[in-house]
Amino acid sequence: MENKLIILLVIVLGAIAVAQLVRIYEISAKLRKNEEHEISNRDNNLNARMMFGFMIAFFAFFIYLMTAYGWTGRGSAASDEGVEMDWLLNLNFVIIIAVFFLTNFLLFFFTWRYVRKPGVPAFYYPHNNKLEMLWTVVPAVVLAVIIILGLQTWNRLSGPSTPEAEKIELFSKQFDWTARYAGADNTLGLYDYKLTLDNNELALLTTNTIDSSLNNMLNGSTGIRSLQKLLNNRDTVFSDSTLNVLRTDLSRKERLYRFMTQMKQNHNAKLDASAWDDIIQKDTLYLCKGQEYEIALRAKDVIHSAYFPHFRAQMNAVPGMATRLKFTPNKTTAEMRREKNDEKFNYILMCNKICGGAHYKMKMIVVVLDKPAYRKWMDGKKKATFKDQYFPVAAAPADTTAVDTTAVVTMK
Amino acid sequence: MASHDAHAHGHHEDHHHHEEHFISKYIFSQDHKMIGKQFLMTAVFMGLVAMMLSILFRIQLAWPGESSDFLSFFLGEKWAPNGVLKEDMYLGLVTIHGTIMVFFLLTGGLSGTFSNILIPLQIGARDMASGFLNMLSYWMFAMSSVIMLISLFVESGPAMAGWTVYPPLSALPQAVSGSGLGMTLWLVSMTIFIASSLIGSLNYIVTIINLRTQGMTMTRMPLTIWAFFVTAILGVLSFPVLLSAALLLTMDRLMGTSFYLSDIIVGGEMLTNHGGSPILYQHLFWFLGHPEVYIVLLPALGLSSEIIATNSRKPIFGYKAMIASILAIGFLSFIVWGHHMFVTGMNPFLGSVFVFTTLLIAIPSAVKVFNYLTTLWKGSLVLTPAMLFAIGLVSTFITGGVTGIILADSALDIMLHDTYFVVAHFHIVMGMSAVFGMFAGVYHWFPKMFGRMLNTRLGYAHFWVTLVGAYGVFFPMHFVGLAGAPRRYYDYSSYSEFDNNSFELMVDLNQIITAFAILAAIGQVIFLFNFFYSIFRGPKAPQNPWNATTLEWTTPVEAIHGNWPGDLPVVHRWPYDYSKPGASQDYITQITPLEEGEEEH
Repeated sequence: MENKLIILLVIVLGAIAVAQLVRIYEISAKLRKNEEHEISNRDNNLNARMMFGFMIAFFAFFIYLMTAYGWTGRGSAASDEGVEMDWLLNLNFVIIIAVFFLTNFLLFFFTWRYVRKPGVPAFYYPHNNKLEMLWTVVPAVVLAVIIILGLQTWNRLSGPSTPEAEKIELFSKQFDWTARYAGADNTLGLYDYKLTLDNNELALLTTNTIDSSLNNMLNGSTGIRSLQKLLNNRDTVFSDSTLNVLRTDLSRKERLYRFMTQMKQNHNAKLDASAWDDIIQKDTLYLCKGQEYEIALRAKDVIHSAYFPHFRAQMNAVPGMATRLKFTPNKTTAEMRREKNDEKFNYILMCNKICGGAHYKMKMIVVVLDKPAYRKWMDGKKKATFKDQYFPVAAAPADTTAVDTTAVVTMK
Repeated sequence: MASHDAHAHGHHEDHHHHEEHFISKYIFSQDHKMIGKQFLMTAVFMGLVAMMLSILFRIQLAWPGESSDFLSFFLGEKWAPNGVLKEDMYLGLVTIHGTIMVFFLLTGGLSGTFSNILIPLQIGARDMASGFLNMLSYWMFAMSSVIMLISLFVESGPAMAGWTVYPPLSALPQAVSGSGLGMTLWLVSMTIFIASSLIGSLNYIVTIINLRTQGMTMTRMPLTIWAFFVTAILGVLSFPVLLSAALLLTMDRLMGTSFYLSDIIVGGEMLTNHGGSPILYQHLFWFLGHPEVYIVLLPALGLSSEIIATNSRKPIFGYKAMIASILAIGFLSFIVWGHHMFVTGMNPFLGSVFVFTTLLIAIPSAVKVFNYLTTLWKGSLVLTPAMLFAIGLVSTFITGGVTGIILADSALDIMLHDTYFVVAHFHIVMGMSAVFGMFAGVYHWFPKMFGRMLNTRLGYAHFWVTLVGAYGVFFPMHFVGLAGAPRRYYDYSSYSEFDNNSFELMVDLNQIITAFAILAAIGQVIFLFNFFYSIFRGPKAPQNPWNATTLEWTTPVEAIHGNWPGDLPVVHRWPYDYSKPGASQDYITQITPLEEGEEEH
């Protein structure tokens, strides 16, 4: 409270100070009797010199920032693709920094050099076609080089990965990442968002998960049957708005139930295997040095963006749409720690598309191992597949409770 | 034309006999000069609000999590409990800062103010083609400004999805609290704003095409008018697309459609929307969004062309090349929007097309810069505050422009997309350039707007604080971005967990940036004082304070309805006859007939 008072006081005093300034200014203006539109030679020259001085300070500031912070913030690239990108970035930087220095220099130099001098008229010089042609063609040629080199790199980076690439899915939701390794068959199991359940957060598509989702939709605590029971209970009276919410919820769930019934009818049980051997990994993403990765991205709620600053890789994860990226790590975490002289350094996966309040906390540590260490880690995960973790007893598809798929129709 | 003159003239005569009522003169005015001033005042106020918002979130970025009395004073216990900014409100501040700056200050304020004041005065017209539509345009702008400000005060907070308001975040109140009522108000406000902009732009186009005075051919128009003309065309073609994007978003929010929504589970609720695409929204948004950059920039470049020529006492170099580059920039601005979407999942081949078209824009931009430089070369520069701001604009246009070459290169954009490098780039090339252009315009045409002079010394002080402050804010941001810092992050402290080098860099630079931001903000007090004081008590302006050639300086100092007391002036030459060899003084106004044997430029 006291501090608020002080802030208020500062504002009031500031206003009084301004009012006093006005009075002083008025008195001095009367004394000076100068004309505001006539810029004196003294003012003119002073500002011209200050412009030139500013240029020197500005260039010095730039050089200081470049030497103090330039590339050190992110460190060198840690993927094959990143190395190529850094080369291209450096080339572009050389060009644009040259242009930056040259044109800014000319601008401030001319300002200083050609400031009005009594008796020296300006040079009437309305146009010169040769000069104009020159500075149309030269930038065009330089840009052609930039475009050609840029597109060559872009085509390589955004093109398909090789068949040797290991497949990983990154699943994003407010506000964390989950990785899914494709398992022994290097094929990611299919998914459908409607199958999301507490024990199937990634909504993987297998005969069992369809059954348990159907069952949950029908018999779960907020399932269709309990909603119907609630609505049909003559002893309870709901307000119009609550009734509206419940009915909307019911009709939505019935619709989802019908879709899932169709899904069950069309499902090919042979596809189950590709999902069962997937490995779901939270908290830390382990990668292998020298291994190309083909990463599929998925979002549950809003757009997120998978951003690996050290691998120079980024792609948005978009709800309802499949996106992908690829890269090949080329330095282990240990190597990078030595290079950066920072024992605690880790690679990181961040969210780089605004996704809500805790957007800034959404990240996942990435560890790059050498081949033997990665193999060892992977072997340890062999017993922790999707099937082992979530459906350990699901030997045969018919294991879970059989569901009456006609239930919705009959209940109506 | 003749009958129009006679009519307008007669209309003017009336005013000798009766004083205009306060309401029709100052509030519901249909006079273009008054409407221009109304735009300016509203925009200055909105700009101040947006600047204050930025100071609030800059405090959080420099001293994350530390209690600040300043924050609790302005945001109260709800949004800054114990003086620490809430995460949600941080996003709200960022969003509304961006929206106000881009649309309300730099679109409404820049184009609205100067198109209104200068178009009729510089082409020799009595007023806009439709005074009534012009008034309507301002009042819709005012209404949308009020609604945008109200959205800051609603209980669930203002829109929080970034100024681009990408769905699904902006469509789902379950995802972030600002996507409730705050977002609805954002959409309502922007819809009204778009209508205002559309009416205004149509009016500018019609006025420029139809109401030029005798002798004012298209190639005798000052570059300001060319810039306003192309700006208005861009606005007419692109703003309706933003309206359609907003409309579809409104339908997704209120009517259960699925234009942008598909397969979503949010807040534990499984939505049935299927088949929509968030990418569709991004295409529609950036189809406006990119031309919008030039809607903001072209008027600033137009104003500075005029100011640089006048104060160099030289013709603008390559007048026709300047027109051609304005037209080229205008055309190209419509086919480059995809460069905002290289990593959104858009087809990579489409990305390569946008790389090509985007980098093409660098060519007319380079032509403009070199033409400015050649205009300064061997000039006789008069460094008025307006001239300093115009030169500052050329500097920021270069500095911000060259980093655009990197961001337009899709292969490099992958690593810099949505980092502070982007923030630095567009704040310098679009924000600083347009604000400098706006200040240059205010300093140069203040005598025409208010019949009084601004104080020059205060103008210098304002310029130097602004130049140093603004570069001090945005220049270090490049390095924060190169270090990898994502934009729209509430706090970068988590870097200390995995990369201490980056963490220390970000702490250092964020504090430097905030210090400069506070300096620049305080510097604007000088301007505000000078501006409002001079409106009432500045020294009376002379007829032609800057010895300029254009038509507006032939009107009486005490502005009158209809602009010229007698017949409309007749134009005999282009607007850049400065220091012409053989002339008796270093400028020849456009209304001076060619002398015997004299050649037009």
